[in-house]
Amino acid sequence: MTLIAILAIPLLGALLCWFRPLRKHASSVTMLCSWAVFAVVLDVAARVIAHGKVVGIPGWFEADGLSALVLLLVSFVCALACVFARGYMRHEHDDGRLWWFYANYNLFAFAMLAVPCLAGPNLTWVAVELVTLFGALLVGFDNTASSLEAAWKFAVLTIMGAPIALFGFFALFWAYHSATGGARETWDGLRLMAGSMDPAVLRFSFLLVFVGFGAKSGLAPMHTWLPDAHSQAPTPVCAVLSGVKTTVPLYVILRFLGVVLASPTARVGNWMIVLGLVSVGIAAFLLVQVRDYKRMFAFSTVEHMGIILTAAGMASQAADFGAVSQILNHAITKSLCFYVAGVILLILSTREIGSVRGLLRISPFAGSALLFCSLAIAGAPPFPIFLSELSILSAGVEGGHKVVVAILATLIVIAFVAILSHVNRMLLGKPETPVLAYALPASCRFTVWAAAVPVLVLGVYIPAPVHSLLQLAAHQLGGR
Amino acid sequence: MPSSISDALNTLCGGLILISAFAMVAVRQVQGVTRFFVAQSVLLATSCFLLAYSQHSMDLFALGLITIGAKVVTIPWVLRRLLPSEFYERREINQVINIPTSLLLSLLLAIFAEFLVSPMVNAAHDPVIALNLPIGLACLLIGAHSLMARREAIPQLIGILAMENGTFFAGIAIAPQLPIIAELAIAVDVALIAVVVGLLTRNIQETLGTTEAASLDELKEEVAE
Repeated sequence: MTLIAILAIPLLGALLCWFRPLRKHASSVTMLCSWAVFAVVLDVAARVIAHGKVVGIPGWFEADGLSALVLLLVSFVCALACVFARGYMRHEHDDGRLWWFYANYNLFAFAMLAVPCLAGPNLTWVAVELVTLFGALLVGFDNTASSLEAAWKFAVLTIMGAPIALFGFFALFWAYHSATGGARETWDGLRLMAGSMDPAVLRFSFLLVFVGFGAKSGLAPMHTWLPDAHSQAPTPVCAVLSGVKTTVPLYVILRFLGVVLASPTARVGNWMIVLGLVSVGIAAFLLVQVRDYKRMFAFSTVEHMGIILTAAGMASQAADFGAVSQILNHAITKSLCFYVAGVILLILSTREIGSVRGLLRISPFAGSALLFCSLAIAGAPPFPIFLSELSILSAGVEGGHKVVVAILATLIVIAFVAILSHVNRMLLGKPETPVLAYALPASCRFTVWAAAVPVLVLGVYIPAPVHSLLQLAAHQLGGR
Repeated sequence: MPSSISDALNTLCGGLILISAFAMVAVRQVQGVTRFFVAQSVLLATSCFLLAYSQHSMDLFALGLITIGAKVVTIPWVLRRLLPSEFYERREINQVINIPTSLLLSLLLAIFAEFLVSPMVNAAHDPVIALNLPIGLACLLIGAHSLMARREAIPQLIGILAMENGTFFAGIAIAPQLPIIAELAIAVDVALIAVVVGLLTRNIQETLGTTEAASLDELKEEVAE
């Protein structure tokens, strides 16, 4: 039942936002719903840790370790982002259209929460499409020329992935159906039957799903929509897009990877390593020459997606653990980065790195927050991303992928230096123009503090439930 | 109707679908692209009906009806309704790649598709799969290519839908038992996509005064000086 509640609450929220007498309170309704979902997800996660699996309707709605991890991240980021939106959207927009924003936001959250809950691959595809659809509407919400341009690129490039991935799912169905003769298709069933499916068809279908959903999670060379969408969308949406929207299609790829690795003959790890490294490489060099700080964080998302993919491609248990930790750490850190970017945008109303000088003097709060989050996202110790990157690299050395590790480490260092040199320029020096004191909305300030807490805690101490959840999730990736 | 005739008719549909994919690459007018897309969708629905008949499958019959409803009636109507008529007279003068080169690339993609699936087809021993799978994959790849080569918003959108036609043409052969719920969800999805993208294009038209996607170039990395 709880799994159904996770999906029903955001739908109810969207309906309430649309309901005319409640339109004025759309923000409060959305906050209430998102926090309720987060509470329910915490319960689901606790039960997954205890029993290994939670079943809503057998064969339709089920959650295991990997699902619970993604559910937890999605609901956490969505809940914080709508607190941030309360202060931010009021500043940026008139109240007339806000209910529409929140109704869409709820539907977007619904679609993202549906993906990890669904037990069968076909409905998962439908849910991922809904994520794209509501995402495009949110990206274009500002209705300015550049936000519509971003929404258009987002729509074309990510919807293009849909038929490619669908082709893959048809082929998967074909392989499964010829092996079993008509059992209901679930991820668990697929893993069990992987050995008796035709490896050529399995590989073919994985390739198609990988390309189709890879475009949606911003892997190079299909990443071009990502920096545009993430720089032009309203900031709370950016936090959700970058933090968890990219994770959702990646979740499907990783699930599918678990199926393919369960087959003794189908090998796909090298494709993933190569495409992962290409993403990290392209992102690292684009990070060097980036001129807009929101785009900077967007490119860093491409980088981290590449790292996760490379780790998953190594297909060892240690690397899988690194990959799922990286998913967790990236989601919490990246959403924090976008909240901070939103705060800076509210104070200075410019996105250009070049026109921000002496942020520490203009606003000590925003300045120190930027320093904190950029150190965390670049992967400096003692932040959690440092730990998970280190565990991926050491797992790579153990697994004998020495060349891959060398390339990956070099690119991570390039990205690190690039991010910190941009941030350095923004923080230090004297402000070029006097800036009026700006009263930051309390909700934005609260969000930055609240989002910083898990980043700080997970760097020094991983609580036992989180650790066992990560282990359960890593197990689903099927590395040996 | 014996199954050999329905197979032969299905082969005819497959050939015509591939030709219409090439035609969509070759024409310049927005209206021409739309017409070939509608023709392709009709052929896809015909193929669905033929397979439904030979395999006695209600699901495939329903899918054929959904295809006609969504792609032959609704989507062209939505586009025509939402967009001013000057769109349909528009010609694309500059494409990223000129048309002969584009056609040549499409031909190579079709051969590549055949090459890619031939081991799987040989293992399956089914004439319908042997026909539909390579043609479906070829339509998917050609659609993706035309999406890259086109610069107008509407042909790009139709490129995506043509890719989906290719996917379904292969899908009805390799996964005819696909549960009806997935088909319905997919059909609803197609309609939703058309509505959203149609709305977006109109908004872009109002704000920017053009739907030439090439003029959407404000957001990009500048080369460092």
